[in-house]
Amino acid sequence: MELSDQIAQYLVSGLSTGAIYALIGLGFAIIYNSTEIINFAQGELVMLGGMFALFFINFLHLPLPLAVLSAVASTTAAGVLFERLTIRPLKAATPLSLIIITIGGSILIRGIAMLVWGKDTHAIPAFSGTEPILIGTATILPQHLWIFALTLLAIAMNKLFFNYTITGKAMRACAVNKRAAGLVGIDVRKMVLYSFAISASLGSLAGIIVAPLTMTSYDVGIMLGLKGFCAAIIGGLSAGAGTVLGGLLLGVLESLGAGLISSGYKDAIAFIILLLILFIRPQGLFGKAETERV
Amino acid sequence: MLSLRSLLVFATVLLVSSSAIAAEPLRIGALFSVTGPASFLGEPERNTLEMLVKEANAKGGIKGHKIELVIYDTQGDATKAVQLATKLIKNDKVSVIIGPSTTGETMAIIPVVEKEKIPLISCAAGIKIIDPVKRYVFKTPANDHVAAEKIFNYMAAKKQKTVALLTVTDGFGSSGREQLKDMAKKKGIAVVADETYGPKDTDMTAQLTKIKGSKAEAIICWGTNPGPAIVTRNVKQLGIKIPLYQSHGVASKKYIELAGVDNAEGVLLPAGKLAIYEKMKSSDPQFKLLKDYDQRYKKAYNTEASTFGGYAYDSFLMISEALKTGASPEQLRDGLEGIIKLVSISGIYNMSGSDHNGLDLNAFEMVRIVKGDWVIAK
Repeated sequence: MELSDQIAQYLVSGLSTGAIYALIGLGFAIIYNSTEIINFAQGELVMLGGMFALFFINFLHLPLPLAVLSAVASTTAAGVLFERLTIRPLKAATPLSLIIITIGGSILIRGIAMLVWGKDTHAIPAFSGTEPILIGTATILPQHLWIFALTLLAIAMNKLFFNYTITGKAMRACAVNKRAAGLVGIDVRKMVLYSFAISASLGSLAGIIVAPLTMTSYDVGIMLGLKGFCAAIIGGLSAGAGTVLGGLLLGVLESLGAGLISSGYKDAIAFIILLLILFIRPQGLFGKAETERV
Repeated sequence: MLSLRSLLVFATVLLVSSSAIAAEPLRIGALFSVTGPASFLGEPERNTLEMLVKEANAKGGIKGHKIELVIYDTQGDATKAVQLATKLIKNDKVSVIIGPSTTGETMAIIPVVEKEKIPLISCAAGIKIIDPVKRYVFKTPANDHVAAEKIFNYMAAKKQKTVALLTVTDGFGSSGREQLKDMAKKKGIAVVADETYGPKDTDMTAQLTKIKGSKAEAIICWGTNPGPAIVTRNVKQLGIKIPLYQSHGVASKKYIELAGVDNAEGVLLPAGKLAIYEKMKSSDPQFKLLKDYDQRYKKAYNTEASTFGGYAYDSFLMISEALKTGASPEQLRDGLEGIIKLVSISGIYNMSGSDHNGLDLNAFEMVRIVKGDWVIAK
């Protein structure tokens, strides 16, 4: 296998992993933009998506599209419940204490998932077979195409929602100035709730479409959540193209690093990038000094 | 005074007579990582031991000794293991300890048991545990290098001269990686690629692409689920045609289920006897015990018995055997060292002063996965 062929494969592998990071990263960014908190339970929502899908496909034997929709709906409900029980009841909490609460919440969700689904890893069937597809000299699986397609779809829907609907615009208004948004009659707390619902559904979608590739277990959320967080930071926590590019970049660098330097440093690469961005360009790789939110 | 004397006599008679009926209970301590990252080891180990002790006590104990079992959860944490080992010895006054589940924890508590002179039967595989031999330390799983040797012997028979390693970066994988490189050198097989992956990694195509570009004639992957299952899928995705060997760490049907029957087709691995007993001859000395264990475990816990639970079974059988020489810690130690031809789950044990594991190459069988089932590889 020639080096150029190898690099082609690294790029393809990296992009497909990166698309997942991007989708998870978007969830972080949307909540951050309407609440100023980093929801560290985002990774657990990804895990819940996969686990609910497992439940609907393998135990209730629902047809795939229905199972996916049910899993997204269940996880969204879990996300809303999470906001209601942990974020809403606190009157004048600082973002820091809210962030700490989300960490606690993530541990709780993980614990419950462990009790409900056990400690085993579970596999769920691929959406449309496992016959590899040849792209030049590199190969990907049909599931990767699903990941690209659904990621694109999710991003497009977000764009439309935030730019062309009243609710979307209201959420952007909250992001710019909460107090002013409240003064013009926007129910800020409702917008916060919506942001949790949207991130939960994005997270669960990510969890569902990767589960056939990576399998799922109660503790997959930690690493995926952290990688998604890295993607969001690289993108300057923008709920748009920045985070998506951040995710793709992270995936490609990881893959190239593992292939060309050493696989021992694969995770280190992600976190070194994270630290460098935080030190040198805290506004993100693509952001202006004062980032435009949403 | 008379009454006191008669009371003493009465008490003495009572004591003597009761000891004639039943020997003193034997207190066994156990340290397993029932929760935490190594729970896939600790949980079946605890279940197995609890099942065996319950059954033994229902039958009146072993050789007259009722068993009192104290199990603590170390959560896979070496510091906790040390604290709990001390607690078992000082507070619970146990005569022998089974566990811990991982090599790191075992290494941490060895100084404690050696100092207190309490025999320890570890359920971890690392060779460091018994090499060099420590007076009070034994272990039930076969050494990793035995599994590695089994693979290399098979490779040599198939005239494969170069190999690529893909190992996980946890304790199991790093120990395996060392043993594999060591053994490859001894067997004259060249390691042409040496890649690793993290225990939580979800895609290994980058490493495998690199391996594909190397001159390897075979791949050996060393890890426990789910990593090896992902590797197996990735190998298929990349269209890699050279043989894929897995370690004994995935010798369960779960691995085939996770990797997918089509993807796992043709994968080779050294399996413990428990995983494949249905394929063995019923005349095999271990056959009856393996079948019996698998069925009892299924009945009690409604899930397949695993090789790991087998390690706890081995420990329990060893203690039963060692009780022949007496029930004090020192006598148990001598008994353990004197075990010969003990037919158990992981193999047939032959202990000696220089070997505190007692298993050889026969502990494993090379198997090939064909249509989602094991076939003994020729």
